[in-house]
Amino acid sequence: MALLGSGALAGIAFNRGESINALWLITAAVCIYAIAYRFYATWIAAKVLVIDETRATPAERLDNGRDFIPTNKWVVFGHHFAAIAGPGPLVGPTLAAQFGYLPGTLWILIGAVLGGAVQDMTTLFFSTRRNGRSLGQMARDEIGAIGGTAALVGTLMIMIILIAVLGLVVVNAMKHSPWATATVAATIPIAMIIGFYMRNIRPGRVLEASFIGVSLLLLSVFAGGWIDHNATLRVLFDHEGLSLAYAIIAYGFAAAVLPVWLLLAPRDYLSTYMKLGTVILLAIAIVILRPQIHMPAITQFTDGTGPIFGGKLFPFVFITIACGAISGFHALISSGTTPKLLASERDIHMIGYGAMLLESFVAIMAMIAATVLEPGVFFAINSPAGVVGKEAIDAVAKINSWGFAVTVEQMQQLANDMGESSLFARTGGAPSLAVGMASIFGNAFGKNLLALWYHFAIMFEAIFILTTLDAGTRVGRFMLQDMLGNFNKKLGETSYMPSVILTSAIVVAGWGYFLYIGVIDPNGGVNILWPLFGIANQMLAAIALCVATSILVKTGKRKYAWVTALPLAWLVTITTTAAWQKIFSDDIRVGFFAAANDLSAKLVSGTLPADKVAVAPQLIFNQHLDAYLTMFFVTVLWVVILDMLYVCTAAMRSGPILPSSEVAYVKTAL
Amino acid sequence: MLKQHYKTLKKLKHLWHCFWNGVRQLSGDDAYERYLKHHAEFHANSVDVMPALSRKAFVALMQDENWKGVKRCC
Repeated sequence: MALLGSGALAGIAFNRGESINALWLITAAVCIYAIAYRFYATWIAAKVLVIDETRATPAERLDNGRDFIPTNKWVVFGHHFAAIAGPGPLVGPTLAAQFGYLPGTLWILIGAVLGGAVQDMTTLFFSTRRNGRSLGQMARDEIGAIGGTAALVGTLMIMIILIAVLGLVVVNAMKHSPWATATVAATIPIAMIIGFYMRNIRPGRVLEASFIGVSLLLLSVFAGGWIDHNATLRVLFDHEGLSLAYAIIAYGFAAAVLPVWLLLAPRDYLSTYMKLGTVILLAIAIVILRPQIHMPAITQFTDGTGPIFGGKLFPFVFITIACGAISGFHALISSGTTPKLLASERDIHMIGYGAMLLESFVAIMAMIAATVLEPGVFFAINSPAGVVGKEAIDAVAKINSWGFAVTVEQMQQLANDMGESSLFARTGGAPSLAVGMASIFGNAFGKNLLALWYHFAIMFEAIFILTTLDAGTRVGRFMLQDMLGNFNKKLGETSYMPSVILTSAIVVAGWGYFLYIGVIDPNGGVNILWPLFGIANQMLAAIALCVATSILVKTGKRKYAWVTALPLAWLVTITTTAAWQKIFSDDIRVGFFAAANDLSAKLVSGTLPADKVAVAPQLIFNQHLDAYLTMFFVTVLWVVILDMLYVCTAAMRSGPILPSSEVAYVKTAL
Repeated sequence: MLKQHYKTLKKLKHLWHCFWNGVRQLSGDDAYERYLKHHAEFHANSVDVMPALSRKAFVALMQDENWKGVKRCC
């Protein structure tokens, strides 16, 4: 019956030529999740993984009251969800909306149900059976040293690209917006106050501190508006993209070097509350308001000419939406942190599979928030100046020529409503998501507060992007220190200050470089960085699925190995195709070498305007670098896959393989 | 009648308690209390045991330990 229900809903929603109501998308999504959770995930738990409730979990066997603690499943679910759901599922769908609402929505649903949730669940299970070992350790134990190293290097690279692109999203949201900049800047001292409060004044009183912090954050949205209306103060916060990028780089370095309690830990609490609160509020608003989707189901940009990022529907929609459908990053949370809290293996079904479905639902809401905008407005906000032109009038003419109605006056009115000077070419997805959210909130809870809602949404996105930026830089630093520790013992000590400063500087320089290039690139940077991030993230997912597949084959569950092998095969297909196109395509908006050659030719022939001549050599160098980076990613991926295939064939022929690293059975006493 | 009301009230109070305890546990607000409980249970019978950490020391230790691995995703 559930199948019939969702089939009917999907049919209604997807087959009509006219605009549809967002509620249909939500209903279809919820039905699909419910069926997949009830049947597919239950089947995986019972038949493929053979979850054993009588087996003691690491949390029970190694209980130390600190990191290994048997915890209530709802609490673990909360922690796990808060950890996996970052800004990714908000940004990806917004960008992919250039293809229309249908391709992205289908991929979010199918990808999550058959890929992402399976990856999270199997990784969580295998890590739980191995005392909460990390993905890298499992890859080394089960596949071999090459797989382990690949996972480690992959994680570090993805972190650097991810931080750069997220930094770019924040920069584009704050560019020439004193209100947004002031509000985002205020989150730093607020986090510090809360950090000091939780460490020294009232240690560990998390709820009190968070309540104060959230109130201060909301106040900062109002204060930002006041600053924006104050002629002397507003110039202090009105900056170019490049100066904001430098500020973020400096901030990232400071955050990585400062003690965690001062900035990172309190910011993390605040961002978690803001995230949960806003997502729930958005869901309620969509249900109350039942907004119409204005974006067509499929646009002409499936042919690869899209303004937001170049490339055809296949494979780029699958690369653009990583988080929300399948995200390799989750495998790092599912191994390591979460398994140490599980009280029973039974909970793996809900936490591994269920939390990913919820994240996928967040992605669906982001897709709705992007597609309820008039398509003309959506493209005006998200198309970089390099594609549609710097002047408003050119941009509007170009967008009209694509068949999407928008006028300069309409955009000006919208900017005024949102309390911004202009909304043209605000790439990165955050501003258009904020406009979408503000219009949904505004319609549901009062229209006169549009500007406040807009800046609230920007603050909400910025706060957890900055949390990811802090946390990512720090993790990168630890990983680098770990690697350097192999050469020099002192450098490997996480509290040795010169090493802390050196490694932090290296990591910040890594992402700072990509952020800098992203800002000076007239095509918006997002066009380059987001696909690179997607490829890296999917590569990590493929590594996680390789580990899972090889364990399944090694433990005699060959006939069920397709459960992880199927999404793996799909990921390998899309990442390899995307990487191939990014390297070899003749289209200058897709191929890195093509873009570099085109720019060099223009530089030589002197057809570039003066401001572009200055940055052209850097852009050319960067395009080459990106091409080699992509080659590196694909090579790493294929090395791991061949390694896995070797292990699997050896296991099937009962040849010599690494033994399974599963911990022996102990009966639970809980 | 009055007894019925009293019962409902008690039930509501119980529900609120469950909810509030859940929120506290989810946010980590009660981490120190749980640590003390764990410490008392597991080290009750052992001799020369380390005394339990102070609230401040525990919070500091937890914060430093918690942020060593990957804790936040994209």
